[in-house]
Amino acid sequence: MAEVNTGDGGGHGKHDKKRAKKSSTKIDMTPMVDLAFLLLTFFILTSTFSKPKAMEINFPAKAEDESKNQKVKNAITFIMTKDNGIYYYNGEFYPPNNKDGAPPTTLIKTDFSKDGLHKLLLDRYKPTLEAITVLEEKYKRKEIADTTLKRLVNLEKGSKEALTVLIKADDKAIYKNVIDLIDELNVCLVGKYAVVDVMPTELELLNATNK
Amino acid sequence: MPKIKMPKSNPSLDMTPMVDLAFLLVTFFMLTASSKVSEPVVIDSPSSTSDKLLPQNVIMVTVDEKGKAYYNINNYDVRIKTLEKMGAQYKVDFTNKEKEEFAKMTSFGVPIETLKQYLNMEESERSKVKSPGIPLDSLHNQLGDWIQFGRIEAAKQARTQKEKAESLGREFKYEPIRFAIRADGQANYISVKDVIKVFTDKDIYRFNLITDLEKGDE
Repeated sequence: MAEVNTGDGGGHGKHDKKRAKKSSTKIDMTPMVDLAFLLLTFFILTSTFSKPKAMEINFPAKAEDESKNQKVKNAITFIMTKDNGIYYYNGEFYPPNNKDGAPPTTLIKTDFSKDGLHKLLLDRYKPTLEAITVLEEKYKRKEIADTTLKRLVNLEKGSKEALTVLIKADDKAIYKNVIDLIDELNVCLVGKYAVVDVMPTELELLNATNK
Repeated sequence: MPKIKMPKSNPSLDMTPMVDLAFLLVTFFMLTASSKVSEPVVIDSPSSTSDKLLPQNVIMVTVDEKGKAYYNINNYDVRIKTLEKMGAQYKVDFTNKEKEEFAKMTSFGVPIETLKQYLNMEESERSKVKSPGIPLDSLHNQLGDWIQFGRIEAAKQARTQKEKAESLGREFKYEPIRFAIRADGQANYISVKDVIKVFTDKDIYRFNLITDLEKGDE
C-alpha cells in the first residue's frame, strides 16, 4: 500500500549519483481516508434526519357550548372507539323517544381506509370542494390574485353551509386515530372541525351498536 | 516461444476523488447534524401529512404509551427560573448544581418531590429509572404549575431581551412561546385529553400536535 518511490529503481549508471533524489509527490492517503470515513460513519449514525413536524389545532374554549348551543345545519360527528373503530352520524343527535319526534340517531360504521373515511368526507364535502376548484381555476386563468384566492377559499371553508366535523372519542380510543382523522380532514381541506367531549347519550348508543 | 507480457498494472489507485467525496459528506453531515437527545421515553408519534416544522420556542408535554406526562421547556435560562419558582411553590430547595443539571436535561417525568433525587443521579442511571410521570390530577396539578411558571418566565425573558435590544437600538423579533403535545400513537386518547384539559384550564387553546411525516403514499 505504502508506496515508496525511489525514483528510477536504483542507480544504473554513474551519472545517476550526481542527481538529487527525486522525491515522490504522492503521499499515502490511507490514514486520512480512514479518518474521513470514521467521521462520516459517526455523523451518519448520530444525526437525526426527521425533524419533528407539527400540526396546529385550536381547541374550543368551553366544550359544552360547542355541542349544545351551536345549531349547525351541515354537520357530521365522528366517534372513535377501541380497536380503531370509527362511527359517524349526520346532523344532530336524537336520542330515542326525543321530544322533537325525530327518528333516533343510528351510528354508521366506517374505517380509516381510502374507501371509508376519505371517500365519505369527499362526498360530504363536495359542494365546498367544487367551489374551491372553481376558484382555483379562476386563479389559473389569472382572473383573481393569489391573496384573493386564499381569502375566498377560507371564506368558502368557513361558510355556514360548509360541512362541520365534530370529533369525539370514547375512553378506549387511541391518540393515533384522532390524529389520523384530523389529518384526513386537513387533506380534504375541511376548515371547520372541533375536538369535543363525547355525550353520555352518544356513549350509550355507541355501546349498544358496538356489541 | 515468445513470452506473453502482461501489462504491469499499478496496484495503488488514485484515491483523491473518493477522499473528496468522503470529506464532502463529512462536511454535509457535520453541518446538518442535530445530535440525538436522550429522552426518558421512546415516543412513537403518529404520522400526518403536515409539513409544518415545530417552532423553536416551545413548552412541550409528552404523553407516553401508558399515559404518563413529561414536561420539557427549551430555553436554558427559562428552565432554571422555572425550577426556582416550582421549588418555591412546593418548598423544595435546589442547589446550583442541581439547577444546572436540570437545565441540561430534556424531558422529565417525575414529581417535584423526587425531582431532587432524580437530578442527583448519573445520566446513565437516570435512563434506567422508570418515570412515574408528572402528576396532573386536580389535587396535585404539578403539570399545570410547570406550564404556568414556564410560560411566565418565558414571557419575562422575552421582555428583558426586548428591553436590552431596544436600549441598544436594535430591533427585537418577538417569538411567543408555543405549546406542543407529543403523544405516543398508542396512548389512550383520554390521557391526552387530560393533558389538553390542563392547558385549557390555563386558557391555552392552541397547540402544536407533534407528528412524524407520513411515509409512502397512502
